[in-house]
Amino acid sequence: MSAVPASGCATRPETVRTGLTVRAERGQREVFCGLTGIIWLHRKIQDAFFLVVGSRTCAHLIQSAAGVMIFAEPRFATAIIEDRDLAGLADANDELDRAVTQLLERRPDIRLLFLVGSCPSEVIKLDLARAAARLSRSFEPRVRIRHYSGSGIETTFTQGEDACLASLVPTLPEARADAAPSLLVAGVLPDIVEDQFRRLFAGLGIAPVQFLPPRRSTELPAVGPGTRVLLAQPFLPDTLRALEERGATLLPAPFPFGADGTTAWLRAAANAWHVGDGRFDAVVGPGEARARQALERHRRELAGRRVFLFPDSQLEVPLARFLSRELGMELAEVGTPYLHRRLLEAELEQLPDGTLVTEGQDVERQLERCRAARPDVVVCGLGLANPLEAEGLTTKWSIELVFTPIHGHEQAADLAELFARPLVRRLRLAV
Amino acid sequence: MKLTLWTYEGPPHVGAMRVATAMQGVHYVLHAPQGDTYADLLFTMIERRAARPPVTYTTFQARDLGADTAELFQGAVRDAYERFRPEAILVGASCTAELIQDDPGGLAQALALPVPVIPLELPAYQRKENWGAAETLYRMARALAGPSALPPGTPRPPREAGRRPSCNVLGPTALGFRHRDDVTEVTRLLATLGIDVHVVAPLGARPADLARLGEADFNVVLYPEIAAPTADWLARAFRQPTVATVPIGVGATRDFVLEVARIAGVDPSAALAPAASRLPWYSRSVDSTYLTGKRVFIFGDATHAVAAARVATEELGFTVAGLGTYSRERARDVREAAAHYGIEALITDDYLEVEARVAELQPELVLGTQMERHIAKRLGIPCAVISAPVHVQDFPARYSPQMGFEGANVLFDTWVHPLMMGLEEHLLTMFRDDFEFHDGVAPSHLGTVASRPEAPRGPAVTAEEPSPAAIAPAAATTAGTEPTCAWDPEAELELRKIPFFVRGKARRNTERYAHERGVATITVGTLYDAKAHFGR
Repeated sequence: MSAVPASGCATRPETVRTGLTVRAERGQREVFCGLTGIIWLHRKIQDAFFLVVGSRTCAHLIQSAAGVMIFAEPRFATAIIEDRDLAGLADANDELDRAVTQLLERRPDIRLLFLVGSCPSEVIKLDLARAAARLSRSFEPRVRIRHYSGSGIETTFTQGEDACLASLVPTLPEARADAAPSLLVAGVLPDIVEDQFRRLFAGLGIAPVQFLPPRRSTELPAVGPGTRVLLAQPFLPDTLRALEERGATLLPAPFPFGADGTTAWLRAAANAWHVGDGRFDAVVGPGEARARQALERHRRELAGRRVFLFPDSQLEVPLARFLSRELGMELAEVGTPYLHRRLLEAELEQLPDGTLVTEGQDVERQLERCRAARPDVVVCGLGLANPLEAEGLTTKWSIELVFTPIHGHEQAADLAELFARPLVRRLRLAV
Repeated sequence: MKLTLWTYEGPPHVGAMRVATAMQGVHYVLHAPQGDTYADLLFTMIERRAARPPVTYTTFQARDLGADTAELFQGAVRDAYERFRPEAILVGASCTAELIQDDPGGLAQALALPVPVIPLELPAYQRKENWGAAETLYRMARALAGPSALPPGTPRPPREAGRRPSCNVLGPTALGFRHRDDVTEVTRLLATLGIDVHVVAPLGARPADLARLGEADFNVVLYPEIAAPTADWLARAFRQPTVATVPIGVGATRDFVLEVARIAGVDPSAALAPAASRLPWYSRSVDSTYLTGKRVFIFGDATHAVAAARVATEELGFTVAGLGTYSRERARDVREAAAHYGIEALITDDYLEVEARVAELQPELVLGTQMERHIAKRLGIPCAVISAPVHVQDFPARYSPQMGFEGANVLFDTWVHPLMMGLEEHLLTMFRDDFEFHDGVAPSHLGTVASRPEAPRGPAVTAEEPSPAAIAPAAATTAGTEPTCAWDPEAELELRKIPFFVRGKARRNTERYAHERGVATITVGTLYDAKAHFGR
């Protein structure tokens, strides 16, 4: 990670490759914290429960970000710290044990419980690692209990997923030392996309293939020196580090967004398994062709349009690559909360020279730049979207990019449409 | 620690944001970690506000905690002042910043800015959103109007001869349930009485408007949860009387008019014309007889819940089966109202407790918040929203007040329509065994639900959540206490002839009747004995 200035303004740009510099910014950030990841993580791991140890703010954040998702009793909750916990009238650890016991009695279907740290739990130094170990003694083997931090002082938005997955890695079963190489795809993917990739890998003869996280906590993938890791998301440096500590090796690749990105991502796995070009083209080619054809319609809509990406999900750099290379869009600014240079090397290579890439945020200054740039589409968080629309800018809210299936060939056009639809809408409206 | 799935209220600093966002010329600098900016989307997305809330967050991170967060805060206040040039600045801390004890008030005062700086102490581990809003409005009123308070012991000078009476309208905020339209409706009502609205606060007010609150003759408190402490202080500082009646429903609006007229010394008759609201006639129209005795469950903030109970009983002829609130601060009002209806109030902010009570009572209509909408949807009970917390659909494009005579019309429509199901009830009885109209077909008002199999046992109904994992425990929350009796096949068939929307109740009542009498097998006779026993 780059050096960050102590406060306020941007530092001298840092050169990440010839023709591309990154500017670090520091100031007010308009971003979610890592707790938000619970919204998609709990949908993916179907027997997991996420217990935030935090404040009413944490509970309110998750339910507000989840919006209309209040369908039923959710598999997440908050153990809200109260005055008596802070004043020492109650032992916070006893209180937490009581809350967990109450919860697990209520939810016998839960097999994996995450204790999720928050800003207040970090500041009062509530030791969730010890709590998880202590509670494990009471509830294992029926329920595994893990912990990670989704606090805003430690994590930004999608970093919560990284922290969650990294916390699972030490508990993954050990692959046998003599095991044949296996492919591990890390990062939450919607089930439908996961199944598409499974079919492609099977067609390529790549096996065994496992996904992290699994749909059920009882299906944790084994890991060892034979494990080859493909990252499905660009925001997983800690998960990768933990996997590497278990002996796994990264297959460097761009991320599977768009026709090119998906092909290159699949190619990285195919190369590791020495899949011949003929077989690769036979298996991957049809999907790639479909993607190109489907993208063409959106390319007509989007080519030459200028896009401004506010920092949010850390998907910004791969998306910018997709938007510029495959849809012909111009990049007014590519903001990202963090820039993991190693994971994004292949992506940064493909950004046009001179692209303004910013890491971190000073939201008021960035808004000024955005207004001055008058982009055709602004990708930003929910707090900024309507105010910018009211100023006459067209926006795409970025949280949809983490809730919608956007990976892979079959979703390439859906991804493009997320950017095209706001523009089309603005053209249609005559009021 | 309290285990919480969903929360009715946000933290108190969100209440402060509701006040700041409602006003003009105010900026709130909040010492808070990154992530707390989520609160912006409440206003920009749920309420569809076109501007960002006037809030600067320090968004400190772990690396800042080792350095000087106090300096970070002061810098944020200085920058916010320079950038936004507000007429008053609110400063405070969110839950995490409260723990690091940087004293935002003192730090901001030390900057000696040329505008009032009002520190807010909002204890995040004890208090909640409405309290935070009330405290913020009170602190602002004291800071801005306090200097012109009447000296102790001085009576309020009489209104100048010839000047029309005027009042302040207190309580409406950003993100409030129908606050925008309530203000319009109440202002219109006051105008028919010849009364001017001096200041509406906080909605639309500037700091300078708060400074002149004391000039009005009296105060109208629309939302006691938010404005009661301010009105109490104004009553002491300026001897301004307070209008305490909240004009929700026809009867309460008439009471409100009489109270206002008495305090202002004006003739109320202009505002009491018989045709002021359509509700009384609509409710008397024979078409409405099927509303008689409908069992309704009411839950919300105390003010809206108590008001809804009165409208439900006196103006629609419903029976209040359950009444409750999440506002512990005003629980007494709700307990008194519940006692009046001969039931016990439910005072809780635990969503699961509310759900269990609704499942147990099996009401025919739920009047609640966004949360109860979900409970009712899962239980297949019609529902209308009467109180915050609310969602985006509760900020309708059309004019849709809750208060005043037009508000009463809105209540009639929004409470009665969910009960209609496209056919009036006497027609439903006629169609009870119709091949196209049966329990496998969802009532049209419940949208896209494809089919609804009959509840297996009393209130243990199926959820609509697509995830199977979530269904079992949800059902488990409501089952367990039910008596189990065997049903004679013939009785079971007879039960199926009862229209599906009352079948659950019939089954429950019959089983209870059988259980209480030690009947082992329910026959057709038991079914009709129970019907006679419970029939109203």
